[in-house]
Amino acid sequence: MRYAARDVSSRRGTGLASIWRYSLAGLGLAALLVGIVAAVYLTLPQSASGPDTSRSKKTANGLFVASFEPERGVIRQGELQSWLLTLKTAAGVPVEGAAITVSGGMPQHDHGLPTSPQATDYLGEGRYRIDGVKFTMSGWWQLRFAISAAAGSDSVVFNVVL
Amino acid sequence: MRRLASVMSLLVLAALALLGGCGGPQFSDAEKKTIASLALNTLPSLKPDTTNRYADVPAAAALGSTLFFDVGMSRDGTVSCSTCHKIDRQFQDDLPQAVGVSRTNRRTMPLAGVARNPWFFWDGRRDSLWAQALTPLENPLEQAGNRAAFAHYIKKRFGERYERIFGPLPDLSTVPANASPLGGDAEKAAWNAMPAGQQEDVNRVYANIGKAIAAFERSIEPAQTRFDRFAIDLATGAAPQGDAAFSPEEILGLKLFIGKANCVTCHNGPRFTDNSFHNTGVPPVNGLPLDRGRVDAVAQVEADPFNCLGKFRDGDESACRELRFMVKDGPQIVRAYKTPSLRGAASRPPYMHAGQFSSLDEVVAHYSRAPPAVEGVSEVHPLDLSDRERTALVAFLKTLSE
Ligand SMILES: [Cu+2]
Repeated sequence: MRYAARDVSSRRGTGLASIWRYSLAGLGLAALLVGIVAAVYLTLPQSASGPDTSRSKKTANGLFVASFEPERGVIRQGELQSWLLTLKTAAGVPVEGAAITVSGGMPQHDHGLPTSPQATDYLGEGRYRIDGVKFTMSGWWQLRFAISAAAGSDSVVFNVVL
Repeated sequence: MRRLASVMSLLVLAALALLGGCGGPQFSDAEKKTIASLALNTLPSLKPDTTNRYADVPAAAALGSTLFFDVGMSRDGTVSCSTCHKIDRQFQDDLPQAVGVSRTNRRTMPLAGVARNPWFFWDGRRDSLWAQALTPLENPLEQAGNRAAFAHYIKKRFGERYERIFGPLPDLSTVPANASPLGGDAEKAAWNAMPAGQQEDVNRVYANIGKAIAAFERSIEPAQTRFDRFAIDLATGAAPQGDAAFSPEEILGLKLFIGKANCVTCHNGPRFTDNSFHNTGVPPVNGLPLDRGRVDAVAQVEADPFNCLGKFRDGDESACRELRFMVKDGPQIVRAYKTPSLRGAASRPPYMHAGQFSSLDEVVAHYSRAPPAVEGVSEVHPLDLSDRERTALVAFLKTLSE
């Protein structure tokens, strides 16, 4: 890109006059513009800092390791879906008999969830079905799980960006 | 000097080429993706309604159509569903508040795509199309009838058609002429005096009336608009032809709609609605009863004997997840109303749940100013749109009506 720019100035200085050279200069400038646009685009703050969207993480006090995945693998905006919350202890042992409550919303829109998801079934091996999850708009959603089990109570927040 | 001019003009040409080929409408990939998600061709086919086993039975839809337009389906024989849901007016009535037997407190909703709603009415106080259809029939301000009278009327006027679809009518010989748990004192007393089995018989006929009307209403779907033709051309890279081409003002309006003005946050998908409830600070109407929107509808839909969890549902309970997982309380449902579809909106003023705004200019001005709500918290924030931007948004909205 820098080369193209220098090429233009040098051409002006030496006064070489062929249409081919001007076309080349045009292309060079186009490339320069693409470069500037790309640089600006890539350095915009939005792409630098998004919420942590990992699907598996330690709970706030480190009591459990929680994973959260859509049961059918894909997220469909506007549809009621079931997700799976899998709970294990830090040592990797499945957490059974946990009481789970779900809350959340869109932090940038100041509203809560459009539905009240619930833990509806225990599927074994620490897996709990969280049914009634619905994302009605695109953007950053948060789902917060309060978990109570024999090992104690803890919570975890998952971010979902649509 | 000429050379310099040539270089400069090439530079301008290069810049133009970058900003977009041939002066056509210019959208980023993200914008194109959003525009494509709004186009009617992304509307999935209508899902079966397992709670209404007659939903796709043609004879049921035909009977439902007859009932929909029949003024005999009212207390005084003057009001039908079509009184407010006018077939030549997008199935709405152009009035700020619907007028049946008397004036109601809410704007009539149009019916295009209605069978796709998870919730019905502005506040979602019913959870199925067939349960919705029953509500105006007994509302004293709308059709003002009662379910016992409707059962007698069906037997007298449409008995044969009814029985071919739903099976034998129950013995109604000892059912009072007028009785309903929701009627006036005399009707309530008559209802309460009926044996439980007879109440259930009448409720069953009543539910089937709703199922027939719902079967008819399922055929009312949104039509393709200029916007959809534009969106298809944009997605395929074809140059929009004829009226599918957007003016610069319409393009600006579309860009604002999906960008700075945040309209698409709630008005999303091919029906331009998230099917959810929001407080957007729309002011109440003087002289109308207190209206708190969704927060007061929760108890109503839970108490409705015709809701998905009730005994008149066909199919299994797995169809009832919207009701099962609905938000029942919290500040966000206070004065929250359903996001209406914007398809056809430009040609059906007035706007909002009680016809508060008489033009789209007023609607856009409201969202630009974003006044606080009288109760609860408005989810919208001031946009401070310029006159030109507001006009452009309205110009774009009109492409959804053409
Ligand atoms: Cu939101």
